[in-house]
Amino acid sequence: MKKKKEPIWIAREFTKCSGCRKCEIACSLSHEKSIWPEASRVRIFMLVPGAEFPHLCAQCEDYPCVKACPVNALSTSEYTGAVLVDSKACTACGKCITACPGRIPHMHPTEKRVLICDLCDGNPQCVKVCREGGWNVFKTVTRRNRAYELYARKPEEVTRDLCAKFYGEKGEEFV
Amino acid sequence: MIKGYAGKLLEVNLSAGKTKDVELDDEVLKDYMGGRGLAAKILWDRLGHKWEKVNPLDPENILLFLTGPLTGYFPGGRICVSGKSPQSNGVIGSTVGGEFGVELRCAGYDGIIVTGKADKPVYLLIKDSDVEIRDASNLWGKDAKQTMTLLTRECRELLKKRYPLFGEWREPAMLYIGPAGENLVRTAVVAAKWAHAAGYGGYGAVMGSKKLKAIAVKGTGPLPEAANLKKVEKLIDEICKVIYEGELWRRWGTGAGGYEVGAKTSSEPVRNWQEEWHDEKSFGVDKFEDRVWVKQCWSDFGCPTNCLKVAVVKTGKFKGAITDNPDYELQAYLGPNLGIFTPEGNVYMASVVDDLGLCGIQTGNVLGFAAELYQRGILTKDYLDGLELKWGDAEVFGALTRKIAYREGVGDLLAEGTYRAALKLGKMKKMDLLPYAVQSKGIGIGAHGIRSGKDYPDVISYAVSVQGGDHTSTAGLPLNGGGSELTEIFNDSAVYCNFNSFGIRRTLKFEFYKAVTGLPMTMKEWFGKRAIKTLQLQRAMLLLGGPDTKWKPKTDDVNPPRFYEPLPSGPYKGKTADEAAVKKKVKDYYKAAGWDKNGIPKSTTLKKLGLQDADEALQKLRALQS
Repeated sequence: MKKKKEPIWIAREFTKCSGCRKCEIACSLSHEKSIWPEASRVRIFMLVPGAEFPHLCAQCEDYPCVKACPVNALSTSEYTGAVLVDSKACTACGKCITACPGRIPHMHPTEKRVLICDLCDGNPQCVKVCREGGWNVFKTVTRRNRAYELYARKPEEVTRDLCAKFYGEKGEEFV
Repeated sequence: MIKGYAGKLLEVNLSAGKTKDVELDDEVLKDYMGGRGLAAKILWDRLGHKWEKVNPLDPENILLFLTGPLTGYFPGGRICVSGKSPQSNGVIGSTVGGEFGVELRCAGYDGIIVTGKADKPVYLLIKDSDVEIRDASNLWGKDAKQTMTLLTRECRELLKKRYPLFGEWREPAMLYIGPAGENLVRTAVVAAKWAHAAGYGGYGAVMGSKKLKAIAVKGTGPLPEAANLKKVEKLIDEICKVIYEGELWRRWGTGAGGYEVGAKTSSEPVRNWQEEWHDEKSFGVDKFEDRVWVKQCWSDFGCPTNCLKVAVVKTGKFKGAITDNPDYELQAYLGPNLGIFTPEGNVYMASVVDDLGLCGIQTGNVLGFAAELYQRGILTKDYLDGLELKWGDAEVFGALTRKIAYREGVGDLLAEGTYRAALKLGKMKKMDLLPYAVQSKGIGIGAHGIRSGKDYPDVISYAVSVQGGDHTSTAGLPLNGGGSELTEIFNDSAVYCNFNSFGIRRTLKFEFYKAVTGLPMTMKEWFGKRAIKTLQLQRAMLLLGGPDTKWKPKTDDVNPPRFYEPLPSGPYKGKTADEAAVKKKVKDYYKAAGWDKNGIPKSTTLKKLGLQDADEALQKLRALQS
């Protein structure tokens, strides 16, 4: 009998991010069959050079995006813990983006649907390439009771923190 | 249409304030590919007939930003900047790393042609096929970091306003100039990401002459479709596998060079190349790693090498200075070449040139030139606006760098670059100052000397290169070998980072080209029929030159005089370039390249390649020689 997998989480360490965007390449190749940075479910923000970091779903415990969807297009996977988008049902209304504390979901550039990390059905391709290259920004871990929503932060907030760490007192002024 | 290309260029006429799309001809793309090759072709077609009369800083010059078919696919994204160079008066394919090329291709363009000149400062905002010429008066005068902060904010706000439901907009990719470009400094760069630059060529000044402060691009589409994506993925994996094993580049980038190129190979500029050896352990890469690097891995799009690092000075009078590694070139030129041997002094100098939008190599070259004249009493404190230009004093060198960027006082002269400054100052002083100018064809030599024979450049690397002192495009024989300029033409025309081709089997890039474009390409075809056309056009435009200066092969296909002075110190003390051997090799090179004994491409060579118009244009030069 196949053992039922535990839900997973992508642990992330932003300060190690090189900004190489190999995660975006892997994600878009896997989901869109092309290299398509803006259609990647994980996106590297570089609001300030050197302060790159990946912006992707943190799977909050209370899934505010799922609750906010007016057409029930969002659900959670029991198997992985990921937020799943029913592409046909999604109307691209944007309510899930507003509900997300980190404004992480974004629209598919050419289709009327939102993009949210689906954890690649338990085998995240972004994690694979990041670890192959030894950057190890990402690590797949089992999902336990943690404050995942701490990682659902807006790009400016994360950037400010990274700038403070790297560039010191005046770092935040670059944002 | 050939696969792997977006299929069109964006042409922007700044004088008229108009933009249009320009379609690309398949046959032209087969021959010239993109980037540097396509730049040479476009410039020749549009300006060739009047090349000698075109002032690079006049509106009639054309500024190009070109990707290649491999941009975004081959690991390590770059973009090639070109035009008539205010340094060489020829054409330089000057590439810069970053996401700009990828964003541009995702926006549906293979490149941008900029003509004319705007009335007032502008920037270009490209969001897919929507192109706007926008007011940049709030950005004019701003340094690199301020420019990026303001432009990132402005563009993201605009995108948010226009597409409120999209979600969070990322920053567009940007190329910009600093104050140096605005002030038409010939050593100004087109820059990206604070510390990246298309340095060689001086295209920051061309951008400034057009009153174009920046270009921002957001492309939301996929990369242009590849012919065989599965094969592309396999080749990417093959490259990454090789790169991942290379600890040297991944961990230290070129940052180990600042110590080792001097200490081990005696080929690093020290005090304006008076020496090429030093053994200053204070300048070791361990010092950079431990004292100033706050980020060990910093990459551009798709790059497995991450040779870049982020450096911040944490202590002392240069506290707060931020730059990248610096890479070896800037380590050397803004370090030992100025007598500076500490990471802090070096990072400070690199941050000054970054912020002002200057080329670290060319600026280090001209500062070293000035400091040697000061050392020899040829330039005095009075002439230097009160600056005591002593070796090793980073603060004073920083102050002089600012004068260069703003063309203040003596900075106005040095802003012309080493070659032109040497001529002007020599005239005033009634002295030949060219022996102190370490340059070729108006371009300061990259930080790799030839005297010890232990580093990579050949003795004719710079003497006959169509890009002068450019260390990324050195000439060598055989013409179809790995050290040939034609090899670099591939990298710069397919447009990706050549660092990701180190240690990779030679045939891979040709397979990569085929996987993306669907067109077979043999090495023989590339070297014999295609790259050679770019080389000939670049040579033709270099020799036609003008209007302020022209190069004569007899007197200018040479090494700087300094390379014939014996090395005064180190394990290779006494070694020097052998002038007779250099002369013979130059002759061999002329022969291999199909140039006559005077270094001018032969009629038969050009006709065989279908370059009849270049042949006609060179007739007058041939007549002058006979």
